[in-house]
Amino acid sequence: MKLALDGVGVTLDEARILEDVSVDVPTGQRLAVLGPSGSGKSTLLRVVAGLQPTTAGRVLLDDRDVTSVPPYRRGVGLVFQDAALFPHRDVAGNVGFGPKVAGLDAHARRSRVTEALELVGLAGAENRVVTTLSGGEAQRVALARSLATRPDVLLLDEPLGSLDGPLRLRLQEDLRALFERLSLTAVHVTHDVAEAFALGDRVAILREGRLAQVATPEALWARPADDWVARFLGLRNIVRHGDRATVTRPEAVRVVQGQGAVVVSVDRDGPLVRLRVRHDDGAELESVTTGTENPEPGDRVSVEVDSTGVFEVPVWQGTAPG
Amino acid sequence: MDRDRRALSVGGVATVAVPVAFLAAFFAWPLVAILERSLAGDGTVDLPHDVLTRRSTLEVAWFTLWQAVVSTALTLVAALPLAWALARFSFRGRSLVEALVLVPFVLPTVVVATAFLALLPDGVERTVWAILLAHVFFNVAIVVRIVGAFWAGLDPSLDDAAATLGASPYRRHRLVTAPLLAPAVAAAASIVFLFCFTSFGVIVVLGGIRYATLEVEIYNQAARLFDLRAAAALALLQLAAVAATVLVSGRLERRLGGARTRRGPAPRPTGRDRVRVGLAVGCSLALLALPPLALVVRSFRVADGYGLDHYASLLDETPALLVVPWHAILNSLLFAGAATAIALMVGVLAAVAVARGRRGLDALLMLPLGASAAMLGFGFLLAFDDPPLDLRSSVLIVPIAQALVAIPFVVRSLVPALRAVEARLGEAAAVLGASPWQVRREIDLPLLARPLAVAAGLAFAVALGEFGATVFIARADWPTVPVSIFRFLGRPGADNVGTAMALSVTLMILVTAVALASERSLVGRPPR
Repeated sequence: MKLALDGVGVTLDEARILEDVSVDVPTGQRLAVLGPSGSGKSTLLRVVAGLQPTTAGRVLLDDRDVTSVPPYRRGVGLVFQDAALFPHRDVAGNVGFGPKVAGLDAHARRSRVTEALELVGLAGAENRVVTTLSGGEAQRVALARSLATRPDVLLLDEPLGSLDGPLRLRLQEDLRALFERLSLTAVHVTHDVAEAFALGDRVAILREGRLAQVATPEALWARPADDWVARFLGLRNIVRHGDRATVTRPEAVRVVQGQGAVVVSVDRDGPLVRLRVRHDDGAELESVTTGTENPEPGDRVSVEVDSTGVFEVPVWQGTAPG
Repeated sequence: MDRDRRALSVGGVATVAVPVAFLAAFFAWPLVAILERSLAGDGTVDLPHDVLTRRSTLEVAWFTLWQAVVSTALTLVAALPLAWALARFSFRGRSLVEALVLVPFVLPTVVVATAFLALLPDGVERTVWAILLAHVFFNVAIVVRIVGAFWAGLDPSLDDAAATLGASPYRRHRLVTAPLLAPAVAAAASIVFLFCFTSFGVIVVLGGIRYATLEVEIYNQAARLFDLRAAAALALLQLAAVAATVLVSGRLERRLGGARTRRGPAPRPTGRDRVRVGLAVGCSLALLALPPLALVVRSFRVADGYGLDHYASLLDETPALLVVPWHAILNSLLFAGAATAIALMVGVLAAVAVARGRRGLDALLMLPLGASAAMLGFGFLLAFDDPPLDLRSSVLIVPIAQALVAIPFVVRSLVPALRAVEARLGEAAAVLGASPWQVRREIDLPLLARPLAVAAGLAFAVALGEFGATVFIARADWPTVPVSIFRFLGRPGADNVGTAMALSVTLMILVTAVALASERSLVGRPPR
């Protein structure tokens, strides 16, 4: 099912939480909504789910206006950030909740539960007490619970936010596989750039309640809409001049033996190495490289820049991302 | 959807309207009746100067104040070590100790007073110490509950941090723990003070004719001397004092928010702490067990040794009552059952409204508790003696009064549970397709079943033991157990005292059983 937001606005106590948000999610596609905390991401999901009344605009499902349809008649599933499992029901009771209130008989309910638990890799967990689940398991049950209602659109609110390390990566992989397999229309909210790029066919960047840019991960990385978006995506070599800014990609910066600059810091990040160098005129640049033979802080070096990795963007007239 | 929403908003209005209407009819109106009686001279408004400036009034006011202050101080001294032991350490039998400490709080005042009577040697003059110690016995539970819960919630890493910064245990306590605990201690103390200030049953039984609080003096003037105007004037004074205390205690309690964190299981005591914890728990349990034990022993003591004579006398007709004593037990159960039903109906609605953020209603509902039971009973007496509502001869009036006293307990035990049923769970259910009514049935109700059982048990226990209001309004042919105990104690002769003791033991067992049963359902709750 196709989801569309048309000029959605939410104002709470005179504070504009969302303003003029318009975005389409074609059937079977995933949209990742990316933004810093307080940008209105969760509110956006609550609007789509019907939990948050709008003060402007429309929510459309397959071109049908559902703006005033209550959440329980929308057919939109929502996976909460901290799972929000019902503590008084076991895993089967949680997953089977949707089918139950939909009036399915016990047999149909059971097969829905089995199917959903299999999808999330928790087959056989029916009788477990939800308070004994680990964070990752709870999140999988929450996902299964939403899937069991066979939602037209699935919403995920930072589903990996409470997990860490390898567990987070694994569930991210599983989610991606699941999305491909079910070809679900999904909106997925996160503040993590890598997660958004991994899970979204397209990424919508939300900034202070407004959409800053909507594009595929590739297009976003290739052409950030402005210097704020570039910085938010993790680009550091940004120099403002007037209302334009020059962005130099770190992989376009090569550090070689020579003179003219000094290495300030060397940080390894997995297979990548981030070098910070300072020109003798004071300007700093970040370089990303691979390999194990790298200069050390204090080394004198010279810097070469590949001009294909340099581009200009407009300057955003607001506060910089944290 | 619109129909559902409209139905829900009608429900929303009812959650406020029903409790407010109930309070207006059965609390505000009796108060108005008291004011009317005290302020209205012959068709004019005038303050009852003469009553308020009487020497006897000043003496009663002074005694009321100082006994409340001293009782509160003694309660803190007795309760803080136990609060520390229960908050800081885990040890075998800890949950049992926690449950036992709560029992005195639900015991009826008349039973506790009778127990202290049983502790005192025969013929010894009833001393003010008995009154003070009875107050301590009652209120230890309040301090342990409020301060203990707060203490257990204090982040232990604060103490650890102070230790790594070089603070000795004593300085850590003085500079870190004590300041953090101060608001909880102050809040608990103000509640204890309020209960001691409005003490009635304990003083009526233990104070004899020498000691009277304002509350008791209201009863004496109204029920013994039939000077309703003087009683109303004293009630006015009491009301002013209580209102001031409630304001202060409400403010102190509000400061208690925040500052709490969850933490893992408490450690077992080691080294010198083992001795300290043992002493704190042992002494407290001894203090709390002694009076009930003395009561039980005395109830079996007859002229020539020990026997069941006093219990047998419960089946005999007596000049002290218009009915056979065991009928009073039936009456009590009946009234308490009706009171529980009323208290739950009004209390659940009110708790829903309070949990939704109507704090004003919470304060309003606490008023009957603060305004004191005897005053309530007196107000009933004045308000419902003529049309449109002539309830004085109706049996219903007793459970209504008892419900008023029980409602604050229902609200207080339900509101945290209602708040804990997070809105998020309802939202999760809604996006899964549950209509608002299905959310109520499938999510809210099951999660509230246990807290409801606790509230019902508490209301029943409170109603069973209610004395201050009931003694004013219970019909002579429908006495409750506390009223009967009071009547028996008021008559001369060892046999009457013995029957009172037997009735007290019976009531104590009933109340304890109800309280422990409802508390167990709380204990058995699955971890969240």
